[in-house]
Amino acid sequence: MAETTRKMAFICSKGNLDMAYPALIMGWAALGVGVDVTIFFTFWGLDLIRKDRVDKLGLPPVGNASMRTGMMGFPFDVGIPQLVGVLPGMTAVATALMKGKMKQMDVPPVREMLEMLHDAGAKLYACKMTVDMAGLKKEDFLDIVDDIVTATDFIEMTEGAQIVFI
Amino acid sequence: MPVRAIGALQVEVDAEGYLVNPQDWTPEIAEAFAKEEGIELTDRHWEVINFVRKFYEERGQSPTIRQITTGSGVPTKELFKLFPGGPAKKVARIAGVPKPAGCI
Repeated sequence: MAETTRKMAFICSKGNLDMAYPALIMGWAALGVGVDVTIFFTFWGLDLIRKDRVDKLGLPPVGNASMRTGMMGFPFDVGIPQLVGVLPGMTAVATALMKGKMKQMDVPPVREMLEMLHDAGAKLYACKMTVDMAGLKKEDFLDIVDDIVTATDFIEMTEGAQIVFI
Repeated sequence: MPVRAIGALQVEVDAEGYLVNPQDWTPEIAEAFAKEEGIELTDRHWEVINFVRKFYEERGQSPTIRQITTGSGVPTKELFKLFPGGPAKKVARIAGVPKPAGCI
């Protein structure tokens, strides 16, 4: 049974609530079956690991053709016109509805999922270039973040891994 | 389905080595499967296994990792230490229940 451990690396480049979950859920599933997991947060993805942003991730309805009322918990399923999506408060409404749905499904909030991933052995890194670009420091990030690394470091440490870009 | 002998027992297992009938499970089977995974069962392992058995008996489905950590009192970090190399699969196999169907 001397087989090499499968490795997966996820690159999180988006900061919207709906784009936060794919890597966290797939990463968690991977850890559960013994796959080595690394997650690299870059550009807007940094919001997922920022202390001041992690609990405020939102779901803006504008520019999302797939977002329909049915998925948000309404008993009828119609598209949300873009012009309705731009109204003040629509992002807050959509975000609250999605969070409600996730809670019903017993999916933990992003902050808690990150802690679970960390406890299960995932390595979590922030991208140095975007951290510098945003003028951020190590202390701006959650304690579960292992380090701030360059793209080169990330490429080297994920040799042989399957890479998923989100 | 292949039949395996564990001690004096004859049990049916699937291609991945999971019990076909969860009601065939005995503590000896858990010990034998754990040994194959390179795990020596301690009291903490048994807390997890007993929780999983009870969960399955009550709900007819296997708990997900999160359901184990929130329900059994064994936190994530410890669970991954107790069952190295993927608790989702290993716990289910040792506890004689099917692989969990949930994602979290």
